[in-house]
Amino acid sequence: MGFSLKGVGLTHANGFRALRDVDLRVACGERVALVGASGAGKTTLLRVLAAALRPDTGRLSLLGTDPWDASPATLRRLRARIGLVHQAPPIPPRQRVVTAVLAGRLGQWPLWKSLASLLYPLDPEGARHQLARLDLGERLYERCDRLSGGQLQRVALARVLYQQPDLFLADEPVSAMDPALSELTVALLNEEASRRGVTLVASLHAVDLALRHFPRVIGVKEGQVLFDLPAGQVREAQLRELYAAEGSVPMAGLAVLPDAGQPAAAAPPPLRCA
Amino acid sequence: MSAVPRDPAALPRLGWTLAALVLLWPLLRLADFEPVRLLDEGNLRAMGHFIRGFLPMETSHDFMALLGKAMVETLAMATAGIALSLLLAVPLGLAMTRGLSVSRIGPGRRAWIGTLVRALVRALLAVLRGVPELVWALLFVRVFGLGASAGVLALGITYGGMLGKVYGEILESTDGRTARGLLEAGSGRVAALFYGLLPHAGGELVSYTVYRWECAVRASVVMGFVGAGGLGQLMDQSMKMLNGGEAASILLTFLLLVLAADGLSEFLRRRLA
Repeated sequence: MGFSLKGVGLTHANGFRALRDVDLRVACGERVALVGASGAGKTTLLRVLAAALRPDTGRLSLLGTDPWDASPATLRRLRARIGLVHQAPPIPPRQRVVTAVLAGRLGQWPLWKSLASLLYPLDPEGARHQLARLDLGERLYERCDRLSGGQLQRVALARVLYQQPDLFLADEPVSAMDPALSELTVALLNEEASRRGVTLVASLHAVDLALRHFPRVIGVKEGQVLFDLPAGQVREAQLRELYAAEGSVPMAGLAVLPDAGQPAAAAPPPLRCA
Repeated sequence: MSAVPRDPAALPRLGWTLAALVLLWPLLRLADFEPVRLLDEGNLRAMGHFIRGFLPMETSHDFMALLGKAMVETLAMATAGIALSLLLAVPLGLAMTRGLSVSRIGPGRRAWIGTLVRALVRALLAVLRGVPELVWALLFVRVFGLGASAGVLALGITYGGMLGKVYGEILESTDGRTARGLLEAGSGRVAALFYGLLPHAGGELVSYTVYRWECAVRASVVMGFVGAGGLGQLMDQSMKMLNGGEAASILLTFLLLVLAADGLSEFLRRRLA
């Protein structure tokens, strides 16, 4: 009940071919990192997996359902089970942190509950719990325009944690955080996915983060899957090919690139956000 | 060294500006717009005479009591009209907003139904506001007879059309990524509106609504001519009796109401900011 793509292709409205003939099978509970240069199609792929973009070609099954063949009600229930952490947090600056986090369950709550919660937050404890895991527990009642970019990104993450999706997607979820915090946050994502036994797909700019934390790494280049390997089998030559256009392989910088054959499985440090 | 290429948008921009000016000139001629006539000596004297008739303002106790009652009536009519128009404008404006369309995501199956509904709603709103409120009032006077009901209903319909269109367009022009993100996570349209669009657009919507309420106060002058009471009727009587002093007091009352509306709008915007 993970997801599968068969021959999926997508051309954006401006004519850009973002995905071409992508085949992918990810089983339930797998944790996958997407790496690749910017413009390679990582965001498009994640948005297809979130049932937010419809591919032009190919077959798609998310959590056992073809989203574009389903009734509107089924599609809505499916979307409520998929959580996507956007690269640019789509949170109104004037909204309070508690509201922004509780918005994660709008797909599950009945309308009266959503509206009542705007007047008086109905589950502040639930929101605080997720924020506390990201070391933002005390910012519960603050407005989002008071937060820094990295803090806002963590609020967006707390929203999806609160949503408790069965398919957890994250588009560069640590792009606004410093290396230490990135490390802790990626570890938290993996820990959450393992504990709840849900599928996790995250695109990451820093290759070393992907190799250290995810069992499976997929390299995306020019809208296609360049390699799809267990983290331990990713070779430096493959990474160089993946980032050939950029000139160097982007790193978060806390650890070195693994040598040939050495699996990169450093134990994640305990969560203690700076 | 290659020179920076010239801005490709510059030439079309110049063209459109010239086209607009070329169009504007015959329109001004057609509208008989000759501002020089304002400065003609005879005309200046006639205007001065007309304005002098407004002074001194009427401040007798009896008239002030009448004015106060008329003001309250006008406020009641304008407020009831706006309340009625909200019943039309909120659902229609919501239906018109592309940013709250679930079927546009993807786009999904049968997205054309949503497109069709939005086009129909847009046309309906155009009909509602395309007919001036005076015409609606004359129509409803035949049903309800002389009185405020016809005026309130007429205001409600015309202003419903205006508010609905502008609500839809305000919601459209705000940052839609928040609402879209929520819809993509399975949220319904109304919840996405409250969590995703209103935090961006709330101030704008409130200030436009208060401005329309202010317009409704002015529009009630017209309603007065179909016997709806309020300041309009009082104005009608004063003008017919050529009592400039009373008219001046009524105009001052209008001014105060407009200032009050402005203050209210400013207060609400600051509260929402």
